Amino acid sequence: MEKKNNSSAEGIISKEEFTQNWLQFLKEFLSGSKGFYILLLLSGLIVLISTMFGVNAMYVGYSHVYGTYREIPWGILISGYVFFVVISTGLTIISSIGHVFGVKSLIPIGKRSVYLSIVTLFTGFMVIFFDIENPFRMAIWNVLSPNLTSNIWWMGTLYSISLIFLTFEFLLILLRKYRYAMIFGLLTLISKVLAISNLGAVFGMLYGRDFWYGPFIPIYLVASAISSGCTAIIFFTYLGYRIRNERFDKPMELALHVVGKLWALSLAILIFMVFWNIMTGLVGSEAQRLAIREWIFGKYAANFWFFEIFLGLITPFFLLFVSKFRNFNQMFAASLLSFIGIFFMRVDVVVIGQIVSHFFEYKVTDFPVILTYKPTLHEIMIIIGACAFCIFSFLIGEKVFKGHHTEIH
Amino acid sequence: MNWKEFFKNLRTEEQGCVPDETKREFLKIGLIITGVAAGGSLLNVVSVVAEGLATSEELHKEYPYKPHYSMVFIVDRCINCQLCVEACRETNNVPEYGWRTKILERVDTKAVDQQSQFMPILCNHCNNPPCVRVCPTKATYKDKQTGIIKMTSYKCIGCKACMVSCPYDARYYNEEKRAVDKCDFCWESRLSKGMEIPACVEVCPVEVRIFGDLSDPNSEVYKIVHQMGKAVWVLKPETGAKPNVFYTIG
Repeated sequence: MEKKNNSSAEGIISKEEFTQNWLQFLKEFLSGSKGFYILLLLSGLIVLISTMFGVNAMYVGYSHVYGTYREIPWGILISGYVFFVVISTGLTIISSIGHVFGVKSLIPIGKRSVYLSIVTLFTGFMVIFFDIENPFRMAIWNVLSPNLTSNIWWMGTLYSISLIFLTFEFLLILLRKYRYAMIFGLLTLISKVLAISNLGAVFGMLYGRDFWYGPFIPIYLVASAISSGCTAIIFFTYLGYRIRNERFDKPMELALHVVGKLWALSLAILIFMVFWNIMTGLVGSEAQRLAIREWIFGKYAANFWFFEIFLGLITPFFLLFVSKFRNFNQMFAASLLSFIGIFFMRVDVVVIGQIVSHFFEYKVTDFPVILTYKPTLHEIMIIIGACAFCIFSFLIGEKVFKGHHTEIH
Repeated sequence: MNWKEFFKNLRTEEQGCVPDETKREFLKIGLIITGVAAGGSLLNVVSVVAEGLATSEELHKEYPYKPHYSMVFIVDRCINCQLCVEACRETNNVPEYGWRTKILERVDTKAVDQQSQFMPILCNHCNNPPCVRVCPTKATYKDKQTGIIKMTSYKCIGCKACMVSCPYDARYYNEEKRAVDKCDFCWESRLSKGMEIPACVEVCPVEVRIFGDLSDPNSEVYKIVHQMGKAVWVLKPETGAKPNVFYTIG
């Protein structure tokens, strides 16, 4: 196996260099602190347990163990998918400012972002694997019977293509072929932005669903991706340095400073968008008003006010200014809180769109005006497992790729 | 409208002489407004047919399908005996946890006459079907000849986008078929085998369900939809799905 690897690497780096690198990787990997391995083991264990939940759900049938049903077919697994792929897109957008468009200050965050972008996109795919009833059919019929009017088809296809581009981009970065990596970086960026706007359009183009219908969600998701990307970069870069017990060097400090500022700007834009989305919704159609009222005053008020607004938007915005974009402990705290808030944003955008009964205006007794959805243990475990998978892969990445140090080129 | 037309109209208005064409358009708009004003979903014949067709220009001219299958519910006849639901279950192997047709009960305690009414529902076989647009693999499609929304079960990936997009809650995931299932006007179980009406229509003891070809002037559905005497309406016209299932009273 090693022989084969050696021969394939010939011409790029020398044989000795490759073997040396390999041994060094192994040595480095085994030389981590106790805390690192405990975290690795713990996250690995959670991934295993939640995979068992997922496989169990697949075996007994999703409808028996998930909280979704005929009237609310999309639950927190769809939210989880949106959560991860939006982070992935955000990582691509922010990091490409540096390594695709040549803004030097952002180059230090590039390599880690590309790696994490692969991880989060793959995680998104894993989550949706446990939501789609026949994922294997998807692979066949997406190719043999494509429906070009379907946003889901475009989204799935574009994200699949972008995963290939991303992988090439990362490999080329590892091989220090930066010029080619840049081309793949650009292709990744284009495919991902198109994919995320199609993801938004999956909701935005449903003309029977007033809460979702319109151009807001595609635009909101792109804006939200920028915010999520910044959150992820600060969160994981901070953790990466903590785990490796390293101090930020000057270029990295500058990079995080810039990311922090970009993040504050994107948060301000998001606050603005959320405000006007609510305001217009409150004077919209009856179905829209019912949904918005339930969201901000009803059962989902805690989700909205505490998680989305307080944790997701206001506190990080405030913390960023307190930190003056230089206190990385505070910025890390902001990113942690924001992550929680963002997850609830995704839950709400998916679920609230479905809670108003189809027949609410006909005064039928068969359905309540506002339908309810509660995620089950299986669904929650799959989401926890997905987060654990991200942490697990992140830890492996930090070790294997030695802190993703990037030289300025 | 160009300037020439504008001045022409201005002149005719001044003279108190409105062209017939304008009169007809005005009448049509008036009827639509009255229909909407009467209760949100209640629509007059002109707007109903317009809802059922691709555009209002096609009004009384041409139907997109032949036969253009359609169903009319004479709702005040329904006694909620559930025979249609049972017949549908048996004919199409619909499991206990799902339904292709259902009878909803509307209750209004403040109504001055009767306080409840039954309202059967099923797939509206829309002319602008949201479910068909969203399906990534064309597992659900609108039949080019009959206009029936059908399923190719083996292509269904189970993403449930069609269920989310349907304004009429007409779809459910069938575990046995491993695909989304829905009413096909009994195409697979009956119509394709030479029978003329779906099972639910056949068993209804009080003739709530009228089924037929909306493009055939001799059919009962055509006669009900194209009359002025009684209100005919569709459910949720605001979604723009252009349903082919109509409601009226006897």
